[in-house]
Amino acid sequence: MTLSFRTSKGGRIDRAKSVKFIFDGKTLVGQAGDTLASALLANGIHLVGRSFKYHRPRGILTAGSEEPNALVGVAKSAAAAAAGQSVPNLRATQVEIHEGMVIVSQNRWPSLGFDIGAVNDRLSPLFVAGFYYKTFMWPKSFWNRVYEPFIRAAAGLGKAPTAPDPDRYANRYAHCDVLVAGSGPAGLAAALTATRSGARVILAYEQGEPGGSLLHDVGAQIDGRPAAEWVSAVIAELAGNDRVTLLPRTTVFGYFNQNFIGLAERVTDHLADPDPSLPRERLWQVRARQVVLATGAIERPLVFPENDRPGVMMAEAGRIYANRFGVLPGRAIAVATSCDSAWRAAFDIKALGGNVVAILDMRTDVDPALKEKARAHSIRVETGCTVTGVKGTKRIEGVRLGRISGDTVSSAGSLACDCLLMSGGWTPNVSLHSQARGKLDWHADKGAFLPGDPVQAQRSAGSCRGIDGLAQVLADGARAGAEAAQAATGNAVDVPAFSASGSEVSSGWWLGAVPHDRDASRVRAFVDFQNDVTAKDVKLAVREGMHSIEHIKRYTTTGMATDQGRLSNMNALSIASTALANEIPQVGLTTFRQPYTPVTFGTLATTSRGDLFDPVRRTAIHDWAAAQGAAFEDVSLWKRAWYFPKSGEDMHAAVLRECRTVRESVGIFDASTLGKIEVVGPDAAEFLERIYTNPWKKLGIGRLRYGLMLNEAGFIMDDGVVGRIAEDRFHVTTTTGGAPRVLAHMEDYLQTEWADLKVWLTSTTEQWAVIAVQGPKAREAIAPLVDDIDLSTEAMPHMSVRQGHVMGGIPCRLFRMSFTGEAGYEINVPPSRARQVWDAVFANVERLGGCAYGTETMHVLRAEKGYIIVGQETDGTVTPDDVGMSWAIGKNKPDFVGKRSLARPDLMATGRKQLVGLLTKDGKALLEEGAQVTAEADPAPRTPALGHVTSSYMSAAAGRPIALAMIANGRARHGETLHVPMPNGAIAVEVVPPLFVDPEGSRLNA
Amino acid sequence: MPDVLFHTPAETLALSPLVGAGTSLRRAALLVRFVFRGDAAAAAKVGAAFGVALPQSPLASERTGERAALWQGPDEWLLLARPAMDGPQAVDALARSLAGEIAAALGETPHSLVDVSERHVALLLEGPGAADLLNAHVFLDLDPAAFPVGMVTRTLFTKAEIVLWRTSEQNFAIECWSSFAPYVEGHLAEA
Repeated sequence: MTLSFRTSKGGRIDRAKSVKFIFDGKTLVGQAGDTLASALLANGIHLVGRSFKYHRPRGILTAGSEEPNALVGVAKSAAAAAAGQSVPNLRATQVEIHEGMVIVSQNRWPSLGFDIGAVNDRLSPLFVAGFYYKTFMWPKSFWNRVYEPFIRAAAGLGKAPTAPDPDRYANRYAHCDVLVAGSGPAGLAAALTATRSGARVILAYEQGEPGGSLLHDVGAQIDGRPAAEWVSAVIAELAGNDRVTLLPRTTVFGYFNQNFIGLAERVTDHLADPDPSLPRERLWQVRARQVVLATGAIERPLVFPENDRPGVMMAEAGRIYANRFGVLPGRAIAVATSCDSAWRAAFDIKALGGNVVAILDMRTDVDPALKEKARAHSIRVETGCTVTGVKGTKRIEGVRLGRISGDTVSSAGSLACDCLLMSGGWTPNVSLHSQARGKLDWHADKGAFLPGDPVQAQRSAGSCRGIDGLAQVLADGARAGAEAAQAATGNAVDVPAFSASGSEVSSGWWLGAVPHDRDASRVRAFVDFQNDVTAKDVKLAVREGMHSIEHIKRYTTTGMATDQGRLSNMNALSIASTALANEIPQVGLTTFRQPYTPVTFGTLATTSRGDLFDPVRRTAIHDWAAAQGAAFEDVSLWKRAWYFPKSGEDMHAAVLRECRTVRESVGIFDASTLGKIEVVGPDAAEFLERIYTNPWKKLGIGRLRYGLMLNEAGFIMDDGVVGRIAEDRFHVTTTTGGAPRVLAHMEDYLQTEWADLKVWLTSTTEQWAVIAVQGPKAREAIAPLVDDIDLSTEAMPHMSVRQGHVMGGIPCRLFRMSFTGEAGYEINVPPSRARQVWDAVFANVERLGGCAYGTETMHVLRAEKGYIIVGQETDGTVTPDDVGMSWAIGKNKPDFVGKRSLARPDLMATGRKQLVGLLTKDGKALLEEGAQVTAEADPAPRTPALGHVTSSYMSAAAGRPIALAMIANGRARHGETLHVPMPNGAIAVEVVPPLFVDPEGSRLNA
Repeated sequence: MPDVLFHTPAETLALSPLVGAGTSLRRAALLVRFVFRGDAAAAAKVGAAFGVALPQSPLASERTGERAALWQGPDEWLLLARPAMDGPQAVDALARSLAGEIAAALGETPHSLVDVSERHVALLLEGPGAADLLNAHVFLDLDPAAFPVGMVTRTLFTKAEIVLWRTSEQNFAIECWSSFAPYVEGHLAEA
């Protein structure tokens, strides 16, 4: 095949620079500046894909992002394609070709020319509207096993890439006075007007080159020069203004509340060898004071039988390919229309040397000036004439003609042609106005829905609000730009006047099915090309009881493809309203939604992927632990050392060793991630009194107390040890994951309920690194390092805190406390010196036969003592009494958060789940956390469980597995035998008090 | 132009390749930081002791050379002070003496003064590309008309909370909790 479909001159392509690309394995040549669609057409290729449902051969229909047929898979290079890095479902009309690009057609097997799935087309009487609803209902059991897998396998057009996305994606937030969507005459006039007023302007446009229709409107003149030259001058002026951001290849895909606008900028797809520092796409999140929508109008197909055959194309698309890309869409081109604008396509193609075999206009009252011009071009004209069918399947060979007489059509012979340009007039592109929640008004005189009053700070300009004619559109754009700029900045704005000629007002339009003389039961006229919905389907939906367009849409899937019905909605609506004998506004119009066109996942994810998906918080001791070979676990955003395996040890062995070492000598543990809040002010004690269940007022300075915090519902939300540093200053600790929640909870009460309290909160989580030293030799391990604190039990008993220094002047807050049941300390030091202190303490610990331990050992040691972990023993429905902690409630306090709820009958009822210990009868089996606990070994189906296992570990100290569980009425069941049913049989367990080591607590005070 | 408030090590951190020459990112050395909380009357007494008045206008900052007071909320300020010498001992010493002086100035006036010197890291993003780069991750309008020199606010940097302070037309200080700094730095290198 040759490039003989190129015109000899004209077009905006670079004729000196050819570009080689591969389409379905075949190397083709286009020119720089081509889209994939124009390059294929230049090679004489119309057939580019198979349709979704019937696998019908499909060609290039449009020249824009509304393209429903020509969806292809694109890889940057053969290497990328081989690596599984391709992008499916891109519109060939939007893809700018570059050297080496590899394109595959979709939804066909084994090949585009011969496709097995095309059998669906002959079975089409089966696949009528509502096919899925009718077919896949019975038998019900087939849904999961048969129907859904089948539908999923058949669904979708392109193939998803198989390899991880190698590209980078970027994000950009921006603010502006005026955002203009679209760079056609209205958009440029608006942007220019707003810019000259001094406003901050963003101009976003879909294509690589700005100008919209002006790029192919070759006869048009603006301010005395060709339109395309005017475009260049305007863009140069905008580009030279640092208050203006020009965004080419950028789709305004989402119009959200408060003028928040989502834009997708395609940065490198059009480049063969992009700078690797560039992201592939960039998400723009723009807050615009005012928005001008200049999104133009979309030409409407004619719904006649076989209107989907390759070679049938929109008339304006034919004009674009000829004028802008220098490509003739066929060797013998017919034009079928009901609208003036299609005549321009015929004239322009003829002027470029194309062969226009006829203009077929459905109207009888065509403007005589057009007929005169056709005669001058020697083009055959038939009025009152329509196309009633097409010959050829993979490419049209001719069209059937019909003579319209009133409501009837009679055959008028046929016409040989390999391309048919069609036009049913223009549908204003109101998608973004609709996304912005603006209503649409029906204008019967124009056969169109036009934007009604906007809800947000936006206005439409130009043909997207039904304005026609170049001069009128420019004036409307300038008006909109001025209004927007004035509203945004408050400045008065001059409205420039433009003189324009060419592209006069176009009249005429057609909505709905085109009448024909064919056997209606045997032919199909397509309404929605992408979803394979025919005029017949819409009528059938109405016959089967769908009366609202919302129901018709879902029943037939018309308008549900990626173009959201921008091509099809008006025809479908008209067919439905005729079938219903109801007016179009009464049948309704579906709402356009975000995104305007599909947006890649990468663009929405931006930089939040891999290591940067979430913040990863590491403590000052992290590197040390990593160097020691620690395994880490995620606790909220923190990485915590989980256990420290020695060579040859698995987790089980490491944890047993760590547990034994802590109980026998001493262990060192990084507790830095605990939340810390400094509560300061004369009312600090009163505040804690209200926020915790415990009493605080009598807590002495230098003493600690375990605090339990409830939510308003009376359930445990957090716990932690609190130290009184001074009369008016407390050092509060929280759980690692609970720190932000607790601070917000406290601040909320202070700001909304107790604004009178003189107390303030400051997070100190990261001000202090915390080194926990636990075990009988804990004091021995730290004593040599402490400068100025008396560590004797008399001077510093269990549950006390001292401020002082370690290692010659490093400030510290030293807590004597325990979460292990052993005597222990927590050394709070500034993180900058935490490692220094840790290293020194660790050296002592090692010398004393101790070791470092991780969170798993911490969990085991506390479980041996029956200390709860909020979020493990508790699940948001657990009261203090449920976990045996009524002792933590200050009985004489007038109030605290949650107190009233604790008196609710259901929280005081008997039979609530209570914390117990479980010991397996065989002394060996390790229970599974989360396992259900029942009274019977083999309970009847649907027997409610008595509770569940919350914690389960192998205990070195007990010499056997131990578990904690929440069991209904658990404290009354001590000594009972219960069962934990498992897949391999139930495990018998004895209910015991939740305390397995040192019941007297004597070790704490050693 | 180095900012006298911050000790700035020579080492610069990686930045997105899209940022042109002349823009840099550095981690400032340790600094004394306090969170002061209290009412306006209490705040008024701090100024004399600290040497910088606590701004009463939202999002405002006040500074004199090596000290600064950043408005954080109606009853909250972040106080920054550069010690005479580098290193944690100098920070400890200055924090101790400042805490004493402020406490003395406040007397019985209810307030909260908490040392958070090590809670934060200051990331200094400086140069002509700074505002643009920040806007990859910060949704605020950083046009000098909307976010003038001296303006300071708590905001989000993608998913991390930061304090963003414009110290000059082209320079920003990002105060973030230390453990979030690698995340912020990683995003600034990737934008």
